[in-house]
Amino acid sequence: MDRHQEDLLRDAAPQVLTVLVRRYGHFDACEDAVQEALLAATAQWGRDGEPESPRSWLLTVASRRLIDQLRSESARRRREDGVAALEPDERHVAPPADEAVAVHDDTLTLLFLCCHPALTPGSQLALTLRAVGGLTTAEIAAALLVPEATLAQRISRAKQRIRDAGARFVAPAARERDDRLTVVLQVLYLIFNEGYTARSGERLHRPELTAEAIRITRLVHDLVPDDGEVAGLLALMLLTDARSDARVDANGLLVPIPEQDRTRWDAAAIAAGVELVSRALATTRLGPYQVQAAIAAVHCESPSADATDWAQIVALYDVLAALAPNPMVTVNQAVAVAMVRGPLAGLGVLAGVADDPRLAGQRHRVESVRAHLLELAGDVDGARTAYRSAARRTTSLPEQRHLLARAARLGP
Amino acid sequence: MKYMLLIYGNDEIWSSFSEDDMATLVRETDAQLVELRASGELVGAYGVGDQEIAKTVRSRAGETTVTDGPYIEAKEYLASFTIVDVESEARAIEIAAANPSSRLQLVEIRPLMHESSSNP
Repeated sequence: MDRHQEDLLRDAAPQVLTVLVRRYGHFDACEDAVQEALLAATAQWGRDGEPESPRSWLLTVASRRLIDQLRSESARRRREDGVAALEPDERHVAPPADEAVAVHDDTLTLLFLCCHPALTPGSQLALTLRAVGGLTTAEIAAALLVPEATLAQRISRAKQRIRDAGARFVAPAARERDDRLTVVLQVLYLIFNEGYTARSGERLHRPELTAEAIRITRLVHDLVPDDGEVAGLLALMLLTDARSDARVDANGLLVPIPEQDRTRWDAAAIAAGVELVSRALATTRLGPYQVQAAIAAVHCESPSADATDWAQIVALYDVLAALAPNPMVTVNQAVAVAMVRGPLAGLGVLAGVADDPRLAGQRHRVESVRAHLLELAGDVDGARTAYRSAARRTTSLPEQRHLLARAARLGP
Repeated sequence: MKYMLLIYGNDEIWSSFSEDDMATLVRETDAQLVELRASGELVGAYGVGDQEIAKTVRSRAGETTVTDGPYIEAKEYLASFTIVDVESEARAIEIAAANPSSRLQLVEIRPLMHESSSNP
């Protein structure tokens, strides 16, 4: 299958799923049926070319699979305990007249369901990629580096949880909608970060989760264009992804922003990100994703590292700390403060949160920022020790290589 | 987040086991693996061959030497390992604590390194 066909398939997948769920209920079985139709499409379109109407093709194949499955399931139940619980409801077989209109709102309802609060973040991520992203189990498993059987089981358990929680395919009530949307955005950002890997050397082929996260977030932005945080997250992803080619050198080592070759940044993505976040900041309620995107925009718009408006970044971190208090914000803030008022001032900010128990799992970040600030302050021995300490604590390979290289540069 | 659970054995403890003790250990271990597979957290579980049949390989200046046995002789040895993909370190600890070997000997937890950068 080529790239164009993949795009057609992935765009159609959530639409077909929502139509099926509307007609027949049984989200669990419908989702399996769409997955089977996706696999059939992968085989057939690759060989014979895509059909004239990919969406209708997918809908027909998925409906057939679903009805077969529901019938055999219901026959099995009749045999086992004489109950015909899963017969497709014939009253719903005819498509409702407003089907085309409903498709867009339904995609959002589908996202809310996949990111149901009864699920763990890992399950929300997997189910979203399959049901909304239209990825196959094998593709998601390859992207997450887990066996296909493990992922299949995780998805099946997630759908069982949704069923047990009594969740239905309806939009959440207005009062809980904001909270539910926040969870959806967290899941999309998790997908993005999961895919944000150093693209070094000969790597196993992995579907690009960053591209997938951006695609789904864009879809959500199209559905709720007036939500500032959706726009903010999309802008943050675009502005981060725009720098991805420049963040790894020829040896596969990470390159920090000040040393990156800015001509390798993606100017079109930066322009799109800046426009999105500017409009959101001007017209919607302020939120943490918008502020993070604004910080990324300051970096992206600066013609050189020296010209970076660090005072502006410090001010934005103050806003972020007030909106979403979190010691990690202070850790990042320390770098910006160091650039404005000197490394010792930055180290002072860092010392204020260094013992915060909420940073227990982020020790490597604290140590690597401390190492950087000590290096700026001219404390070579202290910096080297802190870089090594950070390298021992991280579980990210690209980061570890980067930190060890920094320590080595400071001498033995 | 992926974690490797290293399950250590100890000959003194093994040799003091009755047939029933052994059967219970195997049953409890298998039951936990079935549960982890069903929850979609199990990446893989492997028993490790005895130290008796281990080989240690060294290459120096193009010459390879192979010696019988493990690099480090110890009373405790790696008996098996399980790789899980879980939400948190706390969950990995819970799984390790539920492993029957944690009562007999010990289970060590190591996070597995990944390619994602936590610092975009």
